Amino acid sequence: MTQTVAEPRGGGGEAKAAGGAAGAGAALRRMREFTLVPALIALVVLGAVVNDSFLTERNIISILGASAALALVVLAESLILITGKIDLSLESTVGIAPGLGALLVIPAASAGFGTEWPAFLGILAIFVVGGLIGAFNGFLSVKLRLNAFIVSLAMLIVLRGLLTGATEGKTLFDMPEPFFSIATTTFLKLPLSVWLAAVCFGVAGFVLRYHRLGRALYAIGGNPEAARAAGIRVERVTWVVYVVAGVLAAAAGLCLTGYVGAINANQGQNMIFTVMAAAVIGGISMNGGKGTMTGAITGVLLLGVVDNLLTLAQVASFWKQAIYGAIILFALVISRVTSGQAQE
Amino acid sequence: MIGSAAAAAAEPAPAPPLAEAVGVSKRFGSTVALADARLTVVPGESHALVGRNGAGKSTLVNILTGIFPPDSGEVRFDGEPAPAPGDRDGWRAKVACVYQKSTIIPELTVAENLFINRQPGTRGVIGWKRMRREAAELLSTWDVQVDPAVPARELNVQDRQFVEIARALSFGARFIILDEPTAQLDKAEIERLFTRMRALEESGVTFLFISHHLQEVYEVCQTVTVFRDARWIATEPVADLPRAALVEAMTGEAADLGRSTGHREPVAAGVRLAVDGLSDGAFEDISLEVRRGEVIGLAGSSASGKIELAETLVGLRKPHTGTATLDGRPLPFGDVRKAMAAGIGFVPRDRHAQGLVPELSVGENATMTISDRLGPLGVITPRRLRSAAAEAIGGLDIKTQGPDQPVNGLSGGNQQKVVMARALAVEPNLLVLINPTAGVDVKSKEALLAIVDEIRERGTSVIIISDELDDLRPCDRVLVFLHGRITAEHAAGWNDHELVASIEGVSS
Repeated sequence: MTQTVAEPRGGGGEAKAAGGAAGAGAALRRMREFTLVPALIALVVLGAVVNDSFLTERNIISILGASAALALVVLAESLILITGKIDLSLESTVGIAPGLGALLVIPAASAGFGTEWPAFLGILAIFVVGGLIGAFNGFLSVKLRLNAFIVSLAMLIVLRGLLTGATEGKTLFDMPEPFFSIATTTFLKLPLSVWLAAVCFGVAGFVLRYHRLGRALYAIGGNPEAARAAGIRVERVTWVVYVVAGVLAAAAGLCLTGYVGAINANQGQNMIFTVMAAAVIGGISMNGGKGTMTGAITGVLLLGVVDNLLTLAQVASFWKQAIYGAIILFALVISRVTSGQAQE
Repeated sequence: MIGSAAAAAAEPAPAPPLAEAVGVSKRFGSTVALADARLTVVPGESHALVGRNGAGKSTLVNILTGIFPPDSGEVRFDGEPAPAPGDRDGWRAKVACVYQKSTIIPELTVAENLFINRQPGTRGVIGWKRMRREAAELLSTWDVQVDPAVPARELNVQDRQFVEIARALSFGARFIILDEPTAQLDKAEIERLFTRMRALEESGVTFLFISHHLQEVYEVCQTVTVFRDARWIATEPVADLPRAALVEAMTGEAADLGRSTGHREPVAAGVRLAVDGLSDGAFEDISLEVRRGEVIGLAGSSASGKIELAETLVGLRKPHTGTATLDGRPLPFGDVRKAMAAGIGFVPRDRHAQGLVPELSVGENATMTISDRLGPLGVITPRRLRSAAAEAIGGLDIKTQGPDQPVNGLSGGNQQKVVMARALAVEPNLLVLINPTAGVDVKSKEALLAIVDEIRERGTSVIIISDELDDLRPCDRVLVFLHGRITAEHAAGWNDHELVASIEGVSS
């Protein structure tokens, strides 16, 4: 090779860059899970400064209690988003699952079906209804290959309409005590709903990180064809995720019922916007294949703290929504900047 | 080829080079993408740009087309400095690149694709009739036989390329960069592309041709420039540079390309795979046997049915009729998981589409097929994952920062090795490799094919499905598919002409 003029230096830039960035790259990826933590701390500090009652035990318990239902739905939605799908109808499941459970239990005089099932069967029915709705959503989007966004939007309307129809728009509050005890019973000062959400997040976090089923969600969301070629049963796993999400949304509905002390025909309405915001702020990608439970839970807590601060600050309720929305928008921008990655 | 090169050289050429890059350097963070690179393209001389993955070819193309400016150095067209960085129209009048990934918008018509964002009309109102007429004129000027009124999605890959070339020419550019244009074409289409390139050369168009297939460089180019490790290595007339020297320039070491397909003793071991009367829309009544430790190749044009047959064997497709047995047990069709459990590993057709989950780590991609074996009850213990991944990285010599690096950060050759690792992880008795070296540099190609020789020793049978003759050289025999049927069989020792003739359906 007489015409070889330039000599390669030390194996080229590729190898050199690789050596230096090895440790930093992994550390940076782990850091991304916690990008929201500084924002959360800043908010807590701000809250403590502006309001004396913010950092009290009572208020913190109240924030957690109020966030439990949201957390469960965010968890459900995160699982679906990571798998590369979307389910808007979860907010309607939050209403209809406990609604049907209650209607099966309460007497006809209180607008029930008149079946007067025992309370435990009614509560079991809540979870079964959630699972069935999830299975049906999965059927529509996995088996019939309908577009997940639009089909779940239709399901959102259908389910909401079914609850309104079944209750004739009335509020149900004649349920037996077990329907409320998840929010009223406390363990170590915290309501059971908070413990439930924490356990669910813990289990989901573990499965997503350390179990092949969890890792399959990332593979499917990242590249379904590659997942299929690696022997992952893409349809089946996706379907299971829908069912799990339905059950989680039903559990969220039960928590909300206990928290409110009644079931309104509007229970869960418009919740999905907050859910999506919390998930995306928490770093769950709308395109699938990306996101962690650490991120999702910080997203939930951030919004929970904001909501609480607005209440404590006694913002006029007419304006609360606009301010809450603006803060979500702001948080999305911040998380985009701090993560350095496009929100897809 | 030598004749035309000589003719070009004989012409008095005082004209400045059509395109020229001098002392161009570019860094991305700590990575040097180009260091003091140069390139001189003379009008009328098809110029090949070759180099391994990561040699800096893509960076140079992006600088030559004005996508980003060099850190230092200069680009000149016709002896004049290149247009300002933001002057897209200025750049488009000088140079255009037809990328491997089409920039045609499938849902728009051919005519609109040609005139996108500059549709003819009056006061901003698009004159559709006029656009179609002008498109037809443009296409006929460059002899592209495509109906301008059809949606672009109905075109095949080749016609899309031709439309892209016509669009580039309509901006006035006479310097066209073709970035791996043959990657998705079959033999006949490649021939058509080359014919078209030669015709366009006669009309005054000059090509910069990028390809991993060195044979094509010899077929269609007069001059070749070699890059290695972000640097310019050599520029030579193609006729003066034998194949071995070219490979040496690319890899920096003497390569063993003279590996002949010598005669091999027929494999006498027991039958591993027996396929009987398998039919599907894409292939008809296929029967074949593969013995233990035997390596067979499936060749044929892109629509011959060879890939569909392979995908059936690995569980990605279900055949209409027929059976197949692996070590005497019926093969579970249409279920990848069961096929893997039965002892089949495979490298799918396209690593981007089916081989890798880009955001996930090297380790996770490499062990995705065995995620049930990395801990109790489906739990994946980080230690087991890391050790399995480290084994794959070491065994296949994958260049990576480590098992935790996202796989999309690797070069093409190393990504393909990860896909290979994923296939080997199941410890297959039958390994099916579909286009195992597509878009991979020479060195990685050799490493990937060397694995075949290694695992056959252990009694694993291998089926290689490829459009590239080099991929088929390790085979004991090559079966040729034509229109869904096996039409020929070549034992080891075949020569290229015979094989190509039967692939093309030309009886020799």
